[in-house]
Amino acid sequence: MELISNVPAGPIEKSWETHKFGLKLVNPANKRKFTIIMVGTGLAGGSAAASLGELGYRVDCFCFQDSPRRAHSIAAQGGINAAKNYHNDGDSVYRLFYDTVKGGDFRSREANVYRLAQVSVNIIDQCVAQGVPFAREYGGLLDNRSFGGAQVSRTFYARGQTGQQLLLGAYQALERQVGLGSVKMYPRTEMLDLIVIDGHARGIVTRSLNDGKVSVHFGDAVVLATGGYGNVFYLSTNAKGSNATAIWRAYKRGALFANPCFTQIHPTCIPVSGDYQSKLTLMSESLRNDGRIWVPKSAGDKRNPASIPEDQRDYYLERRYPSFGNLVPRDIASRAAKAVCDEGRGVGETGLGVFLDFSDALKRLGAQKIAERYGNLFEMYERITGEDPYKVPMRIFPATHYTMGGLWVDYNLMSTIPGLFVLGEANFSDHGANRLGASALMQGLADGYFIVPYTIGSYLANTKHEKYSEDAPAVQEAVANANAITRKLLNASGKRTVDSYHRELGKILWEYSGMSRNAAGLKKAAGMVAELREDYWRNVRVLGSNEEFNQSLEKASRVADFFELGELMCTDALQRNESCGGHFREEYQTPDGEALRDDANYAYVAAWQFRGAGRPASLTKEPLVFNYVKPSQRSYK
Amino acid sequence: MKLTLHVWRQKNAQDQGRMVRYEVPGVNEHMSFLEMLDVLNEGLIEKGEDPIAFDHDCREGICGMCGFMINGKAHGGFKGTTVCQLHMRHFKDGDELYLEPWRAAAFPVVKDLVVNRSSFDRIIAVGGFISVPTGSAPDGNAIPVQKQDADLAMDAAACIGCGACIAACPNAAAALFVSAKISHLAHLPQGQAERDRRALAMVRQMNREGFANCTNIGECEAACPKQISLEVIAQANADYIKAAFTERPETVSGGVG
Repeated sequence: MELISNVPAGPIEKSWETHKFGLKLVNPANKRKFTIIMVGTGLAGGSAAASLGELGYRVDCFCFQDSPRRAHSIAAQGGINAAKNYHNDGDSVYRLFYDTVKGGDFRSREANVYRLAQVSVNIIDQCVAQGVPFAREYGGLLDNRSFGGAQVSRTFYARGQTGQQLLLGAYQALERQVGLGSVKMYPRTEMLDLIVIDGHARGIVTRSLNDGKVSVHFGDAVVLATGGYGNVFYLSTNAKGSNATAIWRAYKRGALFANPCFTQIHPTCIPVSGDYQSKLTLMSESLRNDGRIWVPKSAGDKRNPASIPEDQRDYYLERRYPSFGNLVPRDIASRAAKAVCDEGRGVGETGLGVFLDFSDALKRLGAQKIAERYGNLFEMYERITGEDPYKVPMRIFPATHYTMGGLWVDYNLMSTIPGLFVLGEANFSDHGANRLGASALMQGLADGYFIVPYTIGSYLANTKHEKYSEDAPAVQEAVANANAITRKLLNASGKRTVDSYHRELGKILWEYSGMSRNAAGLKKAAGMVAELREDYWRNVRVLGSNEEFNQSLEKASRVADFFELGELMCTDALQRNESCGGHFREEYQTPDGEALRDDANYAYVAAWQFRGAGRPASLTKEPLVFNYVKPSQRSYK
Repeated sequence: MKLTLHVWRQKNAQDQGRMVRYEVPGVNEHMSFLEMLDVLNEGLIEKGEDPIAFDHDCREGICGMCGFMINGKAHGGFKGTTVCQLHMRHFKDGDELYLEPWRAAAFPVVKDLVVNRSSFDRIIAVGGFISVPTGSAPDGNAIPVQKQDADLAMDAAACIGCGACIAACPNAAAALFVSAKISHLAHLPQGQAERDRRALAMVRQMNREGFANCTNIGECEAACPKQISLEVIAQANADYIKAAFTERPETVSGGVG
């Protein structure tokens, strides 16, 4: 298979403008004749459903939560980047583009990133007009703050709840369209399969989570905006319901899956406290502005932190990276924390933690100033751990946070299945091997408000549409497939709970395919995952029936997909014989332990094609060409 | 520690429902309340018993999906805390806890502790927004907003739509939820054009959904995990009254140009 990215020729500054002009339009009166299926209502899906409804399309919109307002975009804390240059500090579209390509360790597609930086400014305007209460200065203008990987202030924010406010803006725009009748909302409904007829995406099979009813929904195009797959690790900062089922089942219908091994481990999360732990909570990156990260110099030093004298502490980030110090990018900070814990110098009961210490900042600025900056985060930390960070240092540890990999899409955000579009974290396109802070919100809204509403029209205008009946063989087969999975899970009637399997899967992947990987470990992990998956289908216990509200059954179906995806992640990590961004292969590092890229051999997107159960996926490469930002060794020393 | 739980079990909307007693040994003080229920559910599944259904998603207090009554208090009654962020260190060995779903005519029970809150979405759909189609916005800094107004708008906008205010209210009124949105948008210059229409439409939809009237008791403010102030209700009432007195039928004149 050849991957055609459809990136327009010519100077990158003009690419999107040129491309938009070349896109075919749908006559306003004809738009209502088209139905678009939207799966997911986060920043990408919610904003796209609203915008497409405004344009006049009929939109059928699905989410597994009880309301579209719950999507996990809501939990993003820090902010959203935009190249507004309101602070006259030298920001520009080109600089945001440059920072994002470099931050992604040169594994993203230049033209997509450039477009992202271009539309970032429109996003802020749109959100302000919707009433998103961004932070303001006394003069009434928008305030900004700084984030990792950038030397300008370009992050817009609404307290520590930026994701929530942006999502509510998109949700309100979506509900407005529901009220006007252009969008029909299906909450508590999960997509179980994609319907592909004559090579085109033509609908989905869904299961109502209220009563188990399986239904067929036809559309002239299908859009997946279902988020990332971080929950494959069981413990992550994702919501409990976040899952990969929609994108994985699309993969099994022929959509290629790109860079599955590119996962982001966020350095500042609250450490695991016990086996019952159900999820991990992020502490915003902004804390690293004033907190100092350290561990004791000697292994096994379990003294109270206050009684460890200054000369027996190792401020390892400041020591290893004197110029960036505690503000190195996420992948680097996470690996450094793992390294000191591996040496036995980790803190807390489990030894898997490092101190994030505010005592110097408290002395310098006073408690009131610190409370103004981080009060809500300090409260959240105390609520969870029972410790007061004004008095004792926080304990933090890295946790899975975001997945850069996802379904492969072209410049139009269309997958390898014509008519299937993929937005936001669910696609692979913009962040390369590492995402910078405050860029996920930007990408979700760029895709939803400003990109797919243009590109989907061209697909619809260029495609012949026939009406299909539910009797069509492809439809019947998809319904039968969805029912078969449910039946198989309910009939297994084994002994182990779904969660116990999921936890075990997560441990394997975290151990061998987490913050650092090596060939032997990846091979071992792929074998262990395959074995556990076999056992799962024989020995899982799912009680109750399909025809009821059954949360165990929902989980069981999602975990079944995580097994297969976990295996592909190991395969992908194994073929990429280099280190880049969040993908750190121990065999490929510089003498001082930094990631060592191999641009000559691995400057490509690894896109995997499903070839049937039990057969290895096949790899297709999309070469990455860098005409503007020349690849260099990232250095933060 | 060891706890005794009495949990509302109801198979579906038609079922009568009843309290069922469970013993939960080995509760660790670092667990969240929902993790304690996870452990109970794992045990139930191993014994072949139907696990307790409860809504939850982000488990960091922001999505608004979780929530039920603990001993008659929404989210357990701890200041500014959703049940997913409530940790077991607040309880002690031997405690006996009663868990029930939100109780309101407009929130029918789906199963056990899970209720249907789609009435909230319908209230937003009639007016809880600013009509600004994608692409039609002026530059962000073309609309200055006084810092204090932005802060007050943000205070109101912090609502997570969990429904605790309704569950805590003796009338099962939705005044705090509805007023939080009216107040958020009324504090901003962008929200002025539709201010009257919004207040009228949202309040009318709230009544159609079967939420009762507010009698200024204030339980909602005490129960709100985002500590939204009763002030928003005062503001929304003022907006509603003004809009109701000045309402005019919409004209359709104009014709083709």
